[in-house]
Amino acid sequence: MTLPAYNFAYLDEQTKRMIRRAILKAIAIPGYQVPFASREMPMPYGWGTGGVQVTASILGPDDVLKVIDQGADDTTNAVSIRAFFAKTAGVATTTRTAGATVIQTRHRIPETPLKAGQILVYQVPIPEPLRFLEPRETETRVMHGLEEYGLIQVKLYEDIARHGHIATTYAYPVKIEGRYVMDPSPIPKFDNPKMRNSPALQLFGAGREKRIYALPPFTEVVSLDFEDHPFSVQRFSQPCALCNATGVYLDEVVTDDRGGRMFVCSDTDHCETRQADGHRGPGLPQTQQEDAA
Amino acid sequence: MRADIFDGGFADPVFTSQAVFRAVMDASARPGTIADLGDVAQAPAPVPAATAAILLTLADFDTPVWFEGADSTAASQWLSFHTGAVTTPDAAAASFAVLEEGSDASTWSQFAQGTADYPDRSATLLLPLAGLEGGRSLTLSGPGIEGRAVIAPRGLPEDFIEVMQANRSCYPLGFDVVLVCGTQALALPRTVRIEV
Repeated sequence: MTLPAYNFAYLDEQTKRMIRRAILKAIAIPGYQVPFASREMPMPYGWGTGGVQVTASILGPDDVLKVIDQGADDTTNAVSIRAFFAKTAGVATTTRTAGATVIQTRHRIPETPLKAGQILVYQVPIPEPLRFLEPRETETRVMHGLEEYGLIQVKLYEDIARHGHIATTYAYPVKIEGRYVMDPSPIPKFDNPKMRNSPALQLFGAGREKRIYALPPFTEVVSLDFEDHPFSVQRFSQPCALCNATGVYLDEVVTDDRGGRMFVCSDTDHCETRQADGHRGPGLPQTQQEDAA
Repeated sequence: MRADIFDGGFADPVFTSQAVFRAVMDASARPGTIADLGDVAQAPAPVPAATAAILLTLADFDTPVWFEGADSTAASQWLSFHTGAVTTPDAAAASFAVLEEGSDASTWSQFAQGTADYPDRSATLLLPLAGLEGGRSLTLSGPGIEGRAVIAPRGLPEDFIEVMQANRSCYPLGFDVVLVCGTQALALPRTVRIEV
């Protein structure tokens, strides 16, 4: 008899227990960063070692896993992590948002609204929203303890003083249930409103920084702003060039060296689903029928 | 040493602990929902099956466990054999507190509630009840709950609501409670607001 070279979903059971305890405390204190004994994973820091450890600790044999990187299912990071769990846990994988039970994400929230029972696992590079304002961990910890968040409002104010508007466009700080200020990971601020009162459980894992935090479903998430400069999200002047979607987050794609460019959905699953449903954007060759219409 | 301390562990530790954890995680993320952890673990009396399953899933040498009541030697030996967790006589040092039915809630302030720097360094209390349904209705609100949820556990300690309200008022400090009965569990994290 040959024994498997590693445990189900790669991590050993003691590590999973430690991470599971951290997840439960993170759920009990939404937005608070729970320290955990992050392990070395078979991938470099910055490739989602935190998210992978969270996913490995919650994943069961019946789960269906989706992994996205900047909204796309087909980029290196997403493909690698999906293959990692297909191999180490033997779980089913999918690219369909609606069909997944666990979605690990790097820097986007899917356009398709999440449902109750789904779990969104974020890969987080720098979990501390105050880090660039105060480099000392001992100090930021006291600041969270005392709810001393003036500095981050000053940072947003400096944006206004310099640019006339809040120029922070990603990793836009949010306040959870009126208590902890949290870094939503580098998602575009476009996605911030989707975090609020989501029916899905949201877990955040930072491997290098050794922190786990969480948002239970139906949790109050407020993007920081000012009365005279309210929070607002990016707007795009044109629809997706491939699927004609509006109200979604678009990526700019350079198409030639003469200034040609097109804007397409960042969420590849959303875009492909719409195209399969017959939606065609202005970037695609138009059919006779649509020309006539 | 009793023979039953060697029995009652998970038959399939990797997958059973994953299933129990997911059930407990979902219950914590949605306070007020009753999770059935399944008949997967048996600890010596009076520890209910759900408490046994939670301990097997989450306790190990990193988590001191505190038992309430005099008759806990067998349960403590069972836990030590199956998980390697140490039983502590010091309630303030416990990660998990295994309470008795009819526990005096006014004594719960002895458990760790974390510090302003580290509110996560707090105890999880496992409270056995006569039933998780069929008692007086309590209204819950807070993170994880869409609007309001109603629970009706039977056999709550006398000061339970006052103690839980005081616990809520210390947020983000506080302990987290899991109500258990048989194989069922209902999580009440510190964020939950309880009203009669």
